[in-house]
Amino acid sequence: MPNLERRAQPSMVMMFASPVIAAVCMLITGYLLFTLLGKEPLHAFWVFFIKPLTTAYGIGEWLLKATPLILCGLGLAIGFRASVFNIGAEGQLTIGAIAAGGVGLYFNGVNAPWILPLMMLAGIVGGMLWAAIPALLRTRFNTSEILVSLMLVYVAQLLLGFLVQGPWRDPDGFNFPQTKMFTESEMLPLLMEGLRTNISFILALLLVAASWFYSHKMFAGFRMQVSGLAPAAARYAGFSEKRNVWLALLISGGMAGLAGMGEITGPIGQLQPVISPGYGFAAIIVAYVGRLHPLGVLLASLLMSLLYLGGETAQMELGLPSAVTGLFQGLLLFYLLAADIFINFRIKTRKRPLEQAEPVKPALSEELT
Amino acid sequence: MNTSIPVTHPRLELRGITKIYPSVIANENVDLIVRPGEIHAVLGENGAGKSTLMKIIYGVTKPDAGEMLWENREVTIESPAAARRMGIGMVFQHFSLFETLTVAENISLALDTAIPPAELAKRISEVSMEYGLPVDPHRLVHSMSVGERQRVEIVRCLLNDPRLLIMDEPTSVLTPQAVLKLFDTLRRLASEGCSILYISHKLDEIQALCDSATILRSGRVTGTTSPKQETRESLAQMMIGRELPECQMDASTPGETRLLINHLSLSTIDPFGTTLKDINLEVRGGEMVGIAGISGNGQKELLAALSGEQPAMQDDVTQICGVAAGKLNPAQRRKLGLRFVPEERLGRGAVPALSLALNAMLTNNDSSMVRHGLISYQAVRSFARDVIDKFNVKCGGDKALAGSLSGGNLQKFIVGREIMLAPKVMIVAQPTWGVDVGAAQLIRQALIELRNQGVAVLVVSEELEELFMICDRIAVIADGRLSPAVPTAQTSVEQIGLWMSGEFKHDAESSQNESEVAHA
Repeated sequence: MPNLERRAQPSMVMMFASPVIAAVCMLITGYLLFTLLGKEPLHAFWVFFIKPLTTAYGIGEWLLKATPLILCGLGLAIGFRASVFNIGAEGQLTIGAIAAGGVGLYFNGVNAPWILPLMMLAGIVGGMLWAAIPALLRTRFNTSEILVSLMLVYVAQLLLGFLVQGPWRDPDGFNFPQTKMFTESEMLPLLMEGLRTNISFILALLLVAASWFYSHKMFAGFRMQVSGLAPAAARYAGFSEKRNVWLALLISGGMAGLAGMGEITGPIGQLQPVISPGYGFAAIIVAYVGRLHPLGVLLASLLMSLLYLGGETAQMELGLPSAVTGLFQGLLLFYLLAADIFINFRIKTRKRPLEQAEPVKPALSEELT
Repeated sequence: MNTSIPVTHPRLELRGITKIYPSVIANENVDLIVRPGEIHAVLGENGAGKSTLMKIIYGVTKPDAGEMLWENREVTIESPAAARRMGIGMVFQHFSLFETLTVAENISLALDTAIPPAELAKRISEVSMEYGLPVDPHRLVHSMSVGERQRVEIVRCLLNDPRLLIMDEPTSVLTPQAVLKLFDTLRRLASEGCSILYISHKLDEIQALCDSATILRSGRVTGTTSPKQETRESLAQMMIGRELPECQMDASTPGETRLLINHLSLSTIDPFGTTLKDINLEVRGGEMVGIAGISGNGQKELLAALSGEQPAMQDDVTQICGVAAGKLNPAQRRKLGLRFVPEERLGRGAVPALSLALNAMLTNNDSSMVRHGLISYQAVRSFARDVIDKFNVKCGGDKALAGSLSGGNLQKFIVGREIMLAPKVMIVAQPTWGVDVGAAQLIRQALIELRNQGVAVLVVSEELEELFMICDRIAVIADGRLSPAVPTAQTSVEQIGLWMSGEFKHDAESSQNESEVAHA
């Protein structure tokens, strides 16, 4: 058993090295896995991580899939920094899509420039409302927001299923469980002809900047950070615990709702029983791999998006099951959490045997620098 | 049990014990000899390495170098259980008792061999009677005072027939009267051949009780002596390397009432907390009032009620500079001029993972620091640097993490931060708890200056000596009630000590007789 000892202070180096170590460990495990499956590992890596990005269309898809991850990840990171653990971004994303979709269906056929902003607003408010439930229960009854927000994911998904198979089903849709397609004025404008990437990616980039500004330049962000790091200090300073919980959940809920709106008015174009391959859950990994920092979230989203794309090409070219995406995501989080131990701890080296106890001072001062 | 061992052999001998932590050398080449039946003091300031040394003896930590001889045989102690089997007992400064269990249940959990409950209860009663430590084995721990809990810990150790008993700062939770009783018990144990290692930084106690003393400074032994033949000054010289500093305090004339506590009663949500009962106090500008008391008698609750962390139901129970403030939150009270230094520095007074600059913003976030919701880092950092300079905080600059500072330096920073914000009323909890003598002196002097400038200062402390040194008036809190505040010159350590066990209820106007039976 290696001996761990607490560091004098958290290591900044490990803070940034940890995601890299996790990614490398993920690749090594992947290498072993591909070998065991009888695939040529280097070729498999190429298919998984390089090939998706070799065409302009591929890059477009990459950014497209990164967008909901960025949006959800930014919101979650703000919450996690405040120690409010919203695990239900997937549910808030779904409700955001339902709310935006409902507006879209109501005004279907009305060609007006205000429809899209209205849908966007509906998506954000929908996500916020869904996140307000755990916020209310937590501030009123001290209920765990982790459990409530997680359970509400399944409620949201069942609600979506009910709507698209029941009242909102497209009457001309040959009984498929889906709504009418949204019209041109209800769809997000594309960035470039031939790609599916739309304006929501630009919006996500703007929100990266806004989120950085909020958490690093604004006093409100500082308050939330203190609440997360030391609740007693927040009480001492007079920062309200309730406000912290509400803000964290409303921000992350609203961002997830926006992501849901972006999906149905972007690549999907209608409501379907399933509108997200688990973006809301993957965003939890994104937030932590990104060190709860907006720029980190951006990079981590790009990595996770690549895992989605790679998983798809691996299915097609290598005949691997779709579970391979989840597997790589899981490996990444698993190794990250393991590597994070070394931010606060280090392996105790038995380099100081009894005889060498004398010249202790210089060695110590070196260590401290 | 130990008659076979010749008296010439020490009970315990340490040779060249060294223990190094990542950021500090806790013990360096420490030698220590404890003879049978000897009460041996380990004297040193906070952070001198006393606790680490005791943990090494008790098998909690392993030394990096050095050897340990137990009755002339070299030993390595692998665990506290191994230490107990050898006959080493330890009473910790912070007790490790389960509050929801009875005395007997607690003790049976800590015993290494199973004893049937009926027999255990009998033995607890026997041992406790024999040594004058009355303890009812069937009582629930949460209903006991801190002093009684300490007795449980001592009885627990005695059941193991210890040949060496380690007492870690045992008197910090006792009234002066209870301290004398404890000393009787310890002397009795020693006369039966049990060695006692007595850890403390209180010079008077050590001179009264101990036969010999080993003095530690920065992890090294700076002297081994017989404390009864030393003076306070010479002991202090060995402990801190210079003379004991004195505070300068002149008389002052108090001005108008700045803090008024008016029939404050507050029930607690914590099942083991203390309910505050009808507290009245008045602190005037230019006056320093101290609240003495054994911890756990309502200090925590009173401070939270005054700071606003636990607001009251009625507005008029607390007045700050004439404004009713009972329901206000801490930020609102701060605007009225109330400043508060809490007992816990890390995690409450400061956020360990944030820099000093950001920690300055915790309580200093008015328009010069935060404008339109935006942080002015320049202003925040220059304020933090001012605090660091003026209060001589030793740190790596304003970007150093609060958690990287020593207790004394962080306390200087927190006290400095609050003082720099021009308080009208200043409340300080345990101002020098865990702080070295030099920093303690600086902090006390800063509080005195504040009083001289006309600020109303309220100090809550468990150190009676400190309160007598710096306060104009002293009150005592016991079981959630506050005694009248009497001028320091008109009272004595004995009287305050009596009050600490709740006696003022009889001394002062005879109050209701309810609930007085509950606590001894």
